[in-house]
Amino acid sequence: MSLDQILVTGDPMILASQIAILITMIALIVGISYFKKWKYLWSEWFTTVDHKKIGIMYILAGVIMFFRGGVDGLMMKAQTSRPNMEFLDAQHYDEIFTTHGVIMILFMAMPLLIGIMNVVIPLQIGARDVAFPKLNALSFWTFFVGAMLFNISFVIGGSPDAGWTSYFPLAGKEFTPGVGNNYYAISLQIAGIGTLATGINFIVTILKMRAPGMTLMKMPMFTWTSLVTSVIIVAAFPILTVALAFMTLDRLFGTHFFTVAGGGDPMLWLNLFWLWGHPEVYIVVLPAFGMFSEVISTFSRKNLYGYSSMVISIVGIAFLSMLVWVHHFYTMGNSAAVNSVFSITTMAIAIPTGVKIFNWLFTMRKGRIQFSTAMLWSLAFIPCFTIGGVTGVMLAMAAADYQYHNTMFLVAHFHYVLIPGVVFAVFAGLYYWWPKMFGFKLNEKIGKWHFWLFVIGFNLTFMPMFFVGLDGMTRRMYTYSEGLGWEAWLGVSAVGSLIMAAGFAALCYNIYWSFRFASREVGNDPWDARTLEWTMASPAPHYNFAVVPEVDSIDPLWKMKKKGIKAFTKKDLKPIHMPSNSGIPIIMGIAFGIVGFFLVFEWFTLAAIWSLGIIGGLIANSFDYDDGYYVPVDEITKTEGLDDTERKWKGDQ
Amino acid sequence: MASGTSLPLEYSTKQNEMNILGFWIFLGAEIVLFSTLFAGYAVLEHNTAGGPAGSDIFIMKDVMIQTFLLLTSSFTCSLAIHQMRNNNLKGLITWLLITMALGLGFLYMEINEFIHYVHEGATMQTSAFLSAFFTLLGTHGAHVTLGIGWLTLLIIQLVKRGITPVTARKTFIISLYWHFLDVVWIFIFTFVYLKGLM
Repeated sequence: MSLDQILVTGDPMILASQIAILITMIALIVGISYFKKWKYLWSEWFTTVDHKKIGIMYILAGVIMFFRGGVDGLMMKAQTSRPNMEFLDAQHYDEIFTTHGVIMILFMAMPLLIGIMNVVIPLQIGARDVAFPKLNALSFWTFFVGAMLFNISFVIGGSPDAGWTSYFPLAGKEFTPGVGNNYYAISLQIAGIGTLATGINFIVTILKMRAPGMTLMKMPMFTWTSLVTSVIIVAAFPILTVALAFMTLDRLFGTHFFTVAGGGDPMLWLNLFWLWGHPEVYIVVLPAFGMFSEVISTFSRKNLYGYSSMVISIVGIAFLSMLVWVHHFYTMGNSAAVNSVFSITTMAIAIPTGVKIFNWLFTMRKGRIQFSTAMLWSLAFIPCFTIGGVTGVMLAMAAADYQYHNTMFLVAHFHYVLIPGVVFAVFAGLYYWWPKMFGFKLNEKIGKWHFWLFVIGFNLTFMPMFFVGLDGMTRRMYTYSEGLGWEAWLGVSAVGSLIMAAGFAALCYNIYWSFRFASREVGNDPWDARTLEWTMASPAPHYNFAVVPEVDSIDPLWKMKKKGIKAFTKKDLKPIHMPSNSGIPIIMGIAFGIVGFFLVFEWFTLAAIWSLGIIGGLIANSFDYDDGYYVPVDEITKTEGLDDTERKWKGDQ
Repeated sequence: MASGTSLPLEYSTKQNEMNILGFWIFLGAEIVLFSTLFAGYAVLEHNTAGGPAGSDIFIMKDVMIQTFLLLTSSFTCSLAIHQMRNNNLKGLITWLLITMALGLGFLYMEINEFIHYVHEGATMQTSAFLSAFFTLLGTHGAHVTLGIGWLTLLIIQLVKRGITPVTARKTFIISLYWHFLDVVWIFIFTFVYLKGLM
């Protein structure tokens, strides 16, 4: 295979991207070498097992993937902004809506949520790290190489182009012969390993590492939602693993799981994909609900209304999430009875979700609401998400769905669910927990720009899509003729997407501005919040808690502040046991990436040779008896600034 | 951080408890994985596309030998854990080696079986039924292979370090894994071979 068969050629935009990627890589390598930062990066970040640093790396990767997926979205909006546009051809458009979907769900939403979970969960429950710190690092690196492998597809070999759902027979070798869909199967598989490991890690962390006194029903709501999300991950991701394995075998080794000629069944793919895919929606939306719960409670200065009904509804949503997958293909030949059952289970999800909406509203009722940026996102979430939910109930009615199926109405619906449900939550969470990660707040004034631009842009982009959908525009149409009455709607939608992009730019500027100029005097509890993560300094010291607190209620910090209880005194300090850094996860991650790359191009000998790297990593890990180290009391005393013998809450000072 | 003297050694530290719980959850994920493979097999098992059906190629005698080898290895694995509880390192290693030998015997039989099928013209590429069959059986076989490699590493560590809380935990976890493979095999025996021959 010659070089020009591997590199994608012939499109000026892609050539420009190739040059830009090359220049960026060279600049990064030269820059890091010039500033002599390799050792720092290796010892502080690449080999870290600290959950906070891993979380920050997840968030950084998620923001970069948001940019990539967002550019894909803007290109689609540009192409459909006018009838008969010739900006993208059909093939290029297909590739872009495929990568947009995959990247936004798996490489943007997931890492941003898992990143915030990583930073916050151990701090909320009073733990020093997650249960398996090294596994956590491996989770990150497999996610990261999976994402990078997927991302290089558009310049090397060609992107997948069968949609993020990659339905067979279209996604099979017969109809999509290039390597694009190999990228899909293999990069998702690699990233999926990491996600499954994260699920297991967080279940054990939350079940086993809570501070003394924190019973399950005294856990913060974000911890609850993360626990339930982790359970869904463990229940759903192996299904994706198998579905992708079938796809890989069909494409690379000529098996017949999904090829009709060999006796295969394309509907098997649909069922397996959505058996994972629907729970996946709840995997991303539940932690988001948890973040909103924390933010709304803090900025309404009230405890969360209906705590136990919240917990019950989360568990109910998780249970129902496994029972609704057929609603993604009502039109594909099920009997009326089957469709009716799935119609009812789908509509039933509206009940626990409605309970949650009302709980948030009642939490705010008679509260002293502070309109911080984090709170604004939570406030905007409620009406926007409700529109998504209500249109979801419309789509849930099987008979009516024959009208909406695969139209822009559906596309508008799930963007109205996922953007307010996940993206707004991530923004709220970033503004809220940013000081705990970095020791300074994001600027509130730029934050308001970010908020208003993004929310207005979001509604302008997606609201018109409901109407063109009802007017008959199917999804994934790369162009349309004049006179259908869609021009105005799609024009507005394109303008909206630019406003939304400006909102994202405001976020990036905010991060830059705040890094340079924001005040570093934020104290441990800048929002006057309620849960344990606000008891330690900002940014959190690497061992988290100098002394693990005892908990006897929901909102323990709030109670301590009210009662004026001191956190701890100097004599409470003991040496703290911490895990050591390890290079094994990143090395295994790189090996996974190289093996994946060779598998994409079906170079099996090379893949087999490099898979020895993965096995070597496993062996090295088995023989690694490093038991961690102790942080001495002197160092803790110094870090905590204990000049006097008593530590007070920031609120008291 | 001993949390009680009445618990077995593998539960003696907090980290060990967490590792064991984590492994149970991992086995939960494995159950989902194999359930999905079984479901795929159930959907496709009659789609032979002109190729051989299960009843044409399965050889019951060989399958019985495989079943006997693997079920016995599960028993010997339990005996190994029993020796570990008695703090008998030599007994532990001996029974683990026997377990491993039985596992290797199973793998030998399975690979021979696959080669036989291929010679009969029944490959993964022949039909959807055989794709699902080889994938389900192959996944199980790959798990056994991994288990044997893992056992090898563990035995080296036991020889080097003896029975410590860490090696005891590792041994206990691998025994969970090994029994799990046995359970999966019982389902394969029932729903693939017995059902296929009916």
